[in-house]
Amino acid sequence: MVTVKDYEAAIPIAWCPGCGNFGILNAVKKALVELGLAPQQVLFVSGIGQAPKLPHYTHGNVFNGLHGRSLPAATGAKLANHDLTVIGIDGDGGAYGEGAGHLLATLRRNVNITYLVHNNQVYGLTKGQASPTSDLGFVTKTTPLGASQPLNPLALALASDVSFLARGFSGDIEHLAGLIKAGIRHHGFALIDILQPCVSFNHRNTFQWYRERVYKVEEGGYDPTDKMAAFARALEWGDKIPIGVIYQQERPVYEEQLPQLKKAPLVKQPIDPLKLEALLDEF
Amino acid sequence: MTTRIGVEVSIAVADAVKLANPDVVAAYPITPQTHIVEHLAELVANGELDAEYIPVESEHSAMSACLGSAAAGARTFTATSSQGLALMNEVVYVASSMRLPIIMSVANRALSSPLSIWCDHSDMMSVRDTGWIQIITENGQQAVDNTICAFRIGEDRRVLLPVMVHLDGFNLTHVIEPIIFPGQEEVDRFLPPNNYPLPLNPDRPVAMGDFAPPAIFTEAKWAQEVNIRNSMKPILEVWDEFNRIFGRQYAPVEKYHSDGARVILMTMGSVSETASVAVDELRGAGQEVGQVRLRLWRPFPFDALRRAVSGADVLIVMDRAISLGGPGGPVASEVKAALYNLPEKPRVVSFVAGLGGRDITVTDFKNIIKRGVEIAAGGSPNEYEIYGVRE
Repeated sequence: MVTVKDYEAAIPIAWCPGCGNFGILNAVKKALVELGLAPQQVLFVSGIGQAPKLPHYTHGNVFNGLHGRSLPAATGAKLANHDLTVIGIDGDGGAYGEGAGHLLATLRRNVNITYLVHNNQVYGLTKGQASPTSDLGFVTKTTPLGASQPLNPLALALASDVSFLARGFSGDIEHLAGLIKAGIRHHGFALIDILQPCVSFNHRNTFQWYRERVYKVEEGGYDPTDKMAAFARALEWGDKIPIGVIYQQERPVYEEQLPQLKKAPLVKQPIDPLKLEALLDEF
Repeated sequence: MTTRIGVEVSIAVADAVKLANPDVVAAYPITPQTHIVEHLAELVANGELDAEYIPVESEHSAMSACLGSAAAGARTFTATSSQGLALMNEVVYVASSMRLPIIMSVANRALSSPLSIWCDHSDMMSVRDTGWIQIITENGQQAVDNTICAFRIGEDRRVLLPVMVHLDGFNLTHVIEPIIFPGQEEVDRFLPPNNYPLPLNPDRPVAMGDFAPPAIFTEAKWAQEVNIRNSMKPILEVWDEFNRIFGRQYAPVEKYHSDGARVILMTMGSVSETASVAVDELRGAGQEVGQVRLRLWRPFPFDALRRAVSGADVLIVMDRAISLGGPGGPVASEVKAALYNLPEKPRVVSFVAGLGGRDITVTDFKNIIKRGVEIAAGGSPNEYEIYGVRE
């Protein structure tokens, strides 16, 4: 039986005390244990940032690549081995800035992976510059006159026909773990935007700031299959910020559409060098 | 009146950029370059620098924004490091091919993977053949001076090329050093306003970077090659004039007790000063050891190098990057190529050290020199050695 001990790594954690990432790490472990997934069944794919360090602090298969580039690698891994539970991990910089093009392509394809975006609305690793989700007017060292219009990841994902969309809060581990579980269980691409305070570089969107604003959509009789209702929630930001499953639909999954993979994923297909020879002879 | 003040080198570089008064700065933060661009953002916000600061979404976008700005005739600056330089690679080529005098500080850092934020020269080697002029600095003063010189060189009508000014990540960017800041009036005299000859202008349409069929592509590349080779003379002139006004002389290959030395150690970047201490100590003990530092990486100073090392028996080249599966450190390879056809030449011994931020101490340099002399005399089974590697 899998327990949380299986996911505990004895390595010093280099996040600031009070960082929202601790809550997310705990929620990830809790979700995986509750799903009964052993570390060897899980692949964490991450980029560069404070969030992408998460796989270093737990157990599982890890591919730690380049800034903003986790989704292409995660897609490749899932195509090669459908049995893996593939979890992409980035921050708001990697996911919505440098890797934004990959996010759009992955949303469109609907690869069956779960993407956790630790969204603290600031660049933490490089020590406090504006990110794509920094609030309008947010003053940082690269935006001394205030950040420009932020990107709305939820609305963007809905417009791209996302198949599972949720928003969590690092301060509510129980709730967040539920979202991660639902995202992993969902058949298709799951984007989970996770609000988290950056205690060192974002003194505007603090733990308190988020806690006072977040509310759970499911507590108000919300229907997550209603796309227009989801759009309305996606546009909410300010005094009230919705968390929970914002939208969910069944859509054809990319890896199941590929004729080459109809029989079996790549790892289960035998390699026959003799056939290669025949192929070469054709040319 | 010139005074020396203690300041973090990144901040000093940003202040040097301010003295050059650029019109556009477009950058994306990456360790260890961040302080340079943060300070520039601050200077723009405070109204101390009248420029557009574009906080772009990636380094690829940073260099792309720089292309547009330089093509419109604006004085343009950016800074990056490591993965950022790698990400902007395809745009880096375009800047030089279009002959756009963009100036870029590169805070030298290792390339992934494994992930390292620390200094080595792998990033600069990845852009070796991009057609940019590349200046290597080894302390804060050199970084400041050459940042100003870079604008003058790049914008020279005879040159019109982008220029990189390399400074070691952390070892330079994050240390506080005494810096002499040139005065604004002197810099204004030294650096005339940018007057790009063929800027994008609706009244005088120009086309840049159009499709080149095989019938013309080779000629385009040859024109670029002639152009960067011929930039050597203007570079030397700019450095001479800088010396006349500011009293600090730079040269493509800088010599330190190398005249008449039997053994010469060649270095580039911030370790050069440490190496000089090792050279001093060995000379104090009676050894005929000297040093040369490479200041200009592109255009490669063939003549200056040949002159500087002629007469030596052994030339030990220390690289801070590794050419995997290749003949040795990238600098050593170039040096060997530069000397190969000469009838009289020193034996070149290649060492790689200081990868991913590993320190190279005075003792290490003494060991490298000792081992280099042994290899020159007795040979080595390997094309090069990595100093201090645990196998």
